[in-house]
Amino acid sequence: MPILTIDDRKVDVPPKTSILNAAKQLGIEIPHFCYHPMLTVVDACRMCLVEVKDAPKLVTSCSNPVKDDMVVFTSTPKVQEARKGVLELLLLNHPMDCPICDKAGECKLQDNYAKFSLHESRLRPEDDKVHKPKRVDLGPKIVLDVERCVTCTRCVRFCKEIAGKEEMGIFNRGDHSLVGTFEGKPLENNYQGNLTDICPVGALTAKDFRFKCRSWFLCKTDSICPGCSRGCNIEVHSSDRSIDKTRRRVYRLAPRENEDVNKIWLCDVGRYGYPFVDAFDRLTRPSVRMGEDISMADWDTALSMVSRELHNICEKYGPSAIGVIPSPQLSNEDLYVVKKLFREMMGITNIDFKLSGWNEGKADNLLLMADRNPNSRGAELLGLAGDKANAGEILDKAAKGEVRALYIIGGDITKFLGESKVRDSLAGAEFVVYQGSNFNYVCKFAHVILPSAAFAEKDGTFTNFEARVQKINRAILPMDESLPDWKITTRLSRVMGYPLPYEKAEDVFNEISREVTAFLGLSYKKLGNKGVKLAV
Amino acid sequence: MANEAVLTKNFGTKNSHTLGVYEQGGGYKALKKALTGMKPEAVMAEVDKSGLRGRGGAGFPTGKKWSFIPKDSPKPKYLTVNADEGEPGTYKDRPLMELDPHAVIEGSIITCYAVGIHSAFIYVRGEYVKSVQRLNDAINEAYAGGYLGKNILNTGFDLDIVVHRGAGAYICGEETGLLESLEGKKGQPRMKPPFPAIVGAFQGPTVINNVETMAAIPPIVNNGGEWFNNLGAPGVGGGLKLYPISGHVKKPGVYELPMGTTLRDIIYKHAGGIRDDKKLKAVIPGGSSAPVLRADEIDVKMDYNSLAAIKTMLGSGAIIVMDEDTNMVKTLKVLLKFYAHESCGKCTPCREGTGWMDRIMTRIVKGNGHISDLDTILSISNTIDGKTLCPMGQAAIGPSISFITKFRNEFEDYIRKGRTN
Repeated sequence: MPILTIDDRKVDVPPKTSILNAAKQLGIEIPHFCYHPMLTVVDACRMCLVEVKDAPKLVTSCSNPVKDDMVVFTSTPKVQEARKGVLELLLLNHPMDCPICDKAGECKLQDNYAKFSLHESRLRPEDDKVHKPKRVDLGPKIVLDVERCVTCTRCVRFCKEIAGKEEMGIFNRGDHSLVGTFEGKPLENNYQGNLTDICPVGALTAKDFRFKCRSWFLCKTDSICPGCSRGCNIEVHSSDRSIDKTRRRVYRLAPRENEDVNKIWLCDVGRYGYPFVDAFDRLTRPSVRMGEDISMADWDTALSMVSRELHNICEKYGPSAIGVIPSPQLSNEDLYVVKKLFREMMGITNIDFKLSGWNEGKADNLLLMADRNPNSRGAELLGLAGDKANAGEILDKAAKGEVRALYIIGGDITKFLGESKVRDSLAGAEFVVYQGSNFNYVCKFAHVILPSAAFAEKDGTFTNFEARVQKINRAILPMDESLPDWKITTRLSRVMGYPLPYEKAEDVFNEISREVTAFLGLSYKKLGNKGVKLAV
Repeated sequence: MANEAVLTKNFGTKNSHTLGVYEQGGGYKALKKALTGMKPEAVMAEVDKSGLRGRGGAGFPTGKKWSFIPKDSPKPKYLTVNADEGEPGTYKDRPLMELDPHAVIEGSIITCYAVGIHSAFIYVRGEYVKSVQRLNDAINEAYAGGYLGKNILNTGFDLDIVVHRGAGAYICGEETGLLESLEGKKGQPRMKPPFPAIVGAFQGPTVINNVETMAAIPPIVNNGGEWFNNLGAPGVGGGLKLYPISGHVKKPGVYELPMGTTLRDIIYKHAGGIRDDKKLKAVIPGGSSAPVLRADEIDVKMDYNSLAAIKTMLGSGAIIVMDEDTNMVKTLKVLLKFYAHESCGKCTPCREGTGWMDRIMTRIVKGNGHISDLDTILSISNTIDGKTLCPMGQAAIGPSISFITKFRNEFEDYIRKGRTN
């Protein structure tokens, strides 16, 4: 292992480590634009130049590997002058529109300027800047401002090397170089959101975030993407600086590094899946049906009605007349409490989460899984799969009148079954409860609607496809009167006379880790922020 | 001219580009000698002894370059002849390809034999239509004559040569930019290392040599490395060099002279002196990228080391002569426009710096300059100096620094007059 000296400190790194990464081990950050740890090295921006003893010129630290006994200096006057020079040139034709740029606050050009340069522009007013296309529409997700581009080619390399589709290139030469898509076509890959993450400047901005919030107003909460069974690690970016200023809301999702799950990427299906959290169709208060009308009610009224009807049906027809369909989008905690109340306390066996098509989305070859539910594996491990009936059969029984009450929790089953099948099963049922976050076709048949919190509004855990248990954290308060599903079920248990003791999600998880073999000995603390893979 | 013509010896002969004429003048004898009588290492040893250095501009010793190619590469090895002659003022490779294409081909075959290569490319500047035609015709003749293809001269050695036309970019003369272009990509330099000798064309080890370098190989094999080395000026060595001279001289043209002939001799003895017997003002000694020399600096020997000692370079050996009437301000503007236009845009200093210098010079020439602009240009040049991905940045600041520092009074006068007009 080569041992070298960087800024008078010794460091021992594996052969072929770049100077830049060796310095990083010492906590020395060498500024750079084009270098990205997940992409090929192109040596283009020249920002990472350092001085190496006995080398005739400054060398780029991103591309030059360390050598034994190498002596490196990362901030000599010569290096500082070179950095200033590069920054002056990068900013020469830059539009200097930080006040209206969405990247401001998380822009490498802005940061490096503040840290290393703070120069006055020497471009004379008579010499106009080079003007390039602005507001270039790259499809439904991304907008490009070529004037802000520093031609680092990270986006070009990302499309080719990570997303697997060569869609972008640098066109023309010299200071008229333009980044763009081939033939100006819209981007098609499923990983476009990452382009804005890796763009070191404000050239590529995300349409969902543009002009909505300054980056420094964002609060970042570690969580897990609910978009599929991969369980990509994310940050939920929320802020209470919203235009209406009424409540803290989610502004965007960003990937969070987890080498074992998603590296540092996030697919667009997951990234842009969050708007339901703040959508107009959110179920905000409990509702109960009185004849043809459905009207808002308070929680006590709604839960009392659920309790009364379920008890009635159970007494008249036995527990087999009740069907429960929890969604694999629920957290382990939510699902566990469902099992606890309905199966263990009430003896209901018609419980299952698997509907036809639940795991038949289109997978890609990077992150996105066919199963678009974040917690199918958790549902299986917690025993939410029916031993007798699967969810489809429960609905068939409802259509035939064998199951008289249906309690549907989370998700939109219409997506898999279609409206006619849902109608056939629910229209004739004596009692239907829908517990979920957003309005859907099922609500039309519900006698009671219970509003639940979205993933960003609650604590809990998801178990991904390879049985990795990972923590989701509450980023914002549940909308209006909605509650986390585990809490609704817990409250229902108390109304029904089977009082469950949970006060917070962690209480549920602690019980899971005592009672469920696969989860034995786990705790939120042990999960940390990278999760724990179960030995199953 | 007292000296022997070696590279240009066929230039005056009628139909010198045809195989028959080339063979009559002793063509392909060197190939026979190498393939039938010499081991590859022996060929390499002669080239080493010849003192031949790359004629493209960088002047890297040819034999040494060959020796970097791994002997046992699992990937195919390639020769790429760099015929993308684009350095302003340079027009020495074109006559070789047009008038003596077989010499270039013979040199290439011997090179491939010495290094163990079975595929070669000649990357020709796109505008050189006639060169491409002549090379292709000559290659066809060589195939028919048994000098190319399978089992060359019944020795079991195989070689194919393909001529590839460039599409008009100066940067494709830079060797790794050339390789990208050859592979069908946008011509932009690659990161080094890995050097082309290890990872070159199509990921294989690749020798990249200039046309003139190739043409020098057959005579070296015929007469020995020592003979060639001795053709250089006394105390300099390194053989003969083609010096294309242009500008305000009486007899512009390509002169084949001993390496190390003085610039004064080339201008006054060989090129007939300054047009209309005017006074000499400045000379660019090695293509437009070489820092300019004042009239009092022309007693320098035209070889790699002597020119480097006075902070300029031999480059391609292209001499651009400027007489007393030359406007240095306008000349620099033309040069900087060229570099701004040809910068590939990959690395920051060259991409932004060349464009900025061009805009400033254009404004100065229009009469709107400020004295402080000169220091700005020097400072931009300093930002580029030694910090670019490829030598193109260095090429652009060769003229900017030297013109402004050596002719600063003229620049300041121009700016002052321009602003009062």
